[in-house]
Amino acid sequence: MNDFKRNLGVGIATAMVLALTVAPGFAQDAAAPAAAAVEKTAATAANVDYIFNTLLFLIGGFLVMWMAAGFAMLEAGLVRSKNVAMQCTKNIALYSIGGIMFWLVGYNLMYPGDGGWVVADTIGKFLPVTMPAPGEDTGGAYATGSDWFFQMVFCATTASIVSGTLAERIKLWPFLIFIVVLTGFIYPIQGSWEWGAGWLDDMGFSDFAGSTLVHSTGGWAALAGALLLGARAGKYGPNGAIHPMPGSSMPLATLGTFILWLGWFGFNGGSQLALGTLENASAVAKIFVNTNMAAASGVLVAMVLTQVIYGKVDLTMTLNGALAGLVSITAEPLAPAIWQSVVIGGVGGVIVVFTVPLLDKLRIDDVVGAIPVHLFAGIWGTLIVAWTNSDANIVVQATGVAAVGAFVFVSSFVLWAFLKFTIGLRPTLEEETNGLDMSEIGIEAYPEFGTGSQRI
Amino acid sequence: MKLLTAIIKPFKLEEVRTALTDLGLEGMTVTEVKGYGRQKGHTEIYRGAEYAVSFLPKIKIEIVVPSAQVDKALEVVQSAARTGQIGDGKIFVSPIERTIRVRTGETDETAL
Repeated sequence: MNDFKRNLGVGIATAMVLALTVAPGFAQDAAAPAAAAVEKTAATAANVDYIFNTLLFLIGGFLVMWMAAGFAMLEAGLVRSKNVAMQCTKNIALYSIGGIMFWLVGYNLMYPGDGGWVVADTIGKFLPVTMPAPGEDTGGAYATGSDWFFQMVFCATTASIVSGTLAERIKLWPFLIFIVVLTGFIYPIQGSWEWGAGWLDDMGFSDFAGSTLVHSTGGWAALAGALLLGARAGKYGPNGAIHPMPGSSMPLATLGTFILWLGWFGFNGGSQLALGTLENASAVAKIFVNTNMAAASGVLVAMVLTQVIYGKVDLTMTLNGALAGLVSITAEPLAPAIWQSVVIGGVGGVIVVFTVPLLDKLRIDDVVGAIPVHLFAGIWGTLIVAWTNSDANIVVQATGVAAVGAFVFVSSFVLWAFLKFTIGLRPTLEEETNGLDMSEIGIEAYPEFGTGSQRI
Repeated sequence: MKLLTAIIKPFKLEEVRTALTDLGLEGMTVTEVKGYGRQKGHTEIYRGAEYAVSFLPKIKIEIVVPSAQVDKALEVVQSAARTGQIGDGKIFVSPIERTIRVRTGETDETAL
């Protein structure tokens, strides 16, 4: 019915425009609707701005969506073969759950708008998202759907950080239940304090693309889970013994890292939130450059450090170095000069090389290094904003880090504990030993290879 | 008939196979195995933690040989598999009671 009405309307408008040319005597009546149609499609500054902003959100958005593939491949490569199908399942599931929850409740909780707060500047409104018809979506500076889409992929990214740390010894559905709450409530509430114009934003806290809001949040949730879940069976022995469990595929891990690097241009670049002016376009370009240089620096620092410390370059820590560099620059990818991005990203690489073994010393089993990469580098990236952005100050930055940290860690810890003591988080020792592919998914990643069931 | 079980370094497989074929001995069974003798393993480091690689990849060749050819076969296998470095492997000889060719039913030395 709407289609019919719309087509009828278009037909009438066309007829009127034709009438304008054929019968000038009727021009007076036909001019008003035709002028309105021209107004919406003319290349006015406002229209150009709208279109380019929308384009930035959509392109940045699908680049960040692609990071879900990056996480999936990175994690698949760093777990043992018997757990690869489980890791793939977790990653595609959490991306999808993030989308559903951010529609149902997350977006409006995070962006309630002026006067929309349930608790002012702290808790937004509880409402699903609806989208206006395209013809009516002309009020703002960008298409409504494009903003939701761009924000949704950030929410999903936060969820994917948690799955890497807890790999190889967590049951599927308890993990996904945690993700439902993380993406529907925990992430949006702390996000509203800053990007939703809540109390942290009022204080002057600065987190351009989410070193704290996305990466540290994921890292805190992962840390809480790792503490309650415990290490993989056999990972730690008596007298401080540590037993490495090398990942199944270095090419997948490397590919995943490159995919994340690519997606990060959308993650940071899209966070400029505008593209329709010369200054905004130039800003997005500058962000791309700083983002890339921070990652490159993280790689090289990690390579040199592992060569010096261990006598050989460690590829997995080199990959972590790239990501830590990216996380470090994410809080402020616009303001720095290139050399500053190189320094900031390089320190991210240092953080990775020293905190990965540190976690093992503390018997916190983080399979992929997500806590060093996202939590520790996220904190560093947030604090160092004060160096390159004169509007930020380190005390406010630290306050934001602490506030988000306390909220996310405590709420995650409580939720993980609740799940642990009700439905349980871990598979049995036998299930864990045989691999989660068999016990949780019933499908092996590599049935014909290694000890797969299709090999004798 | 005797069973020759030869544990050799993996890259020596083609050389040993050729040497046996030149003797007129066709047919063998090859398995990928791991093991060590006097050749010690080494340690590697993964993400800052050490692990021992004690077992080294080897190839096991099993070939059943007519008794008259055993000495010659041992000689060519040893010569082909040898590098002079520790870890070259060993050859074991054990007796075989009976042999049957599945396709034709031929037995013992006519089945080899």
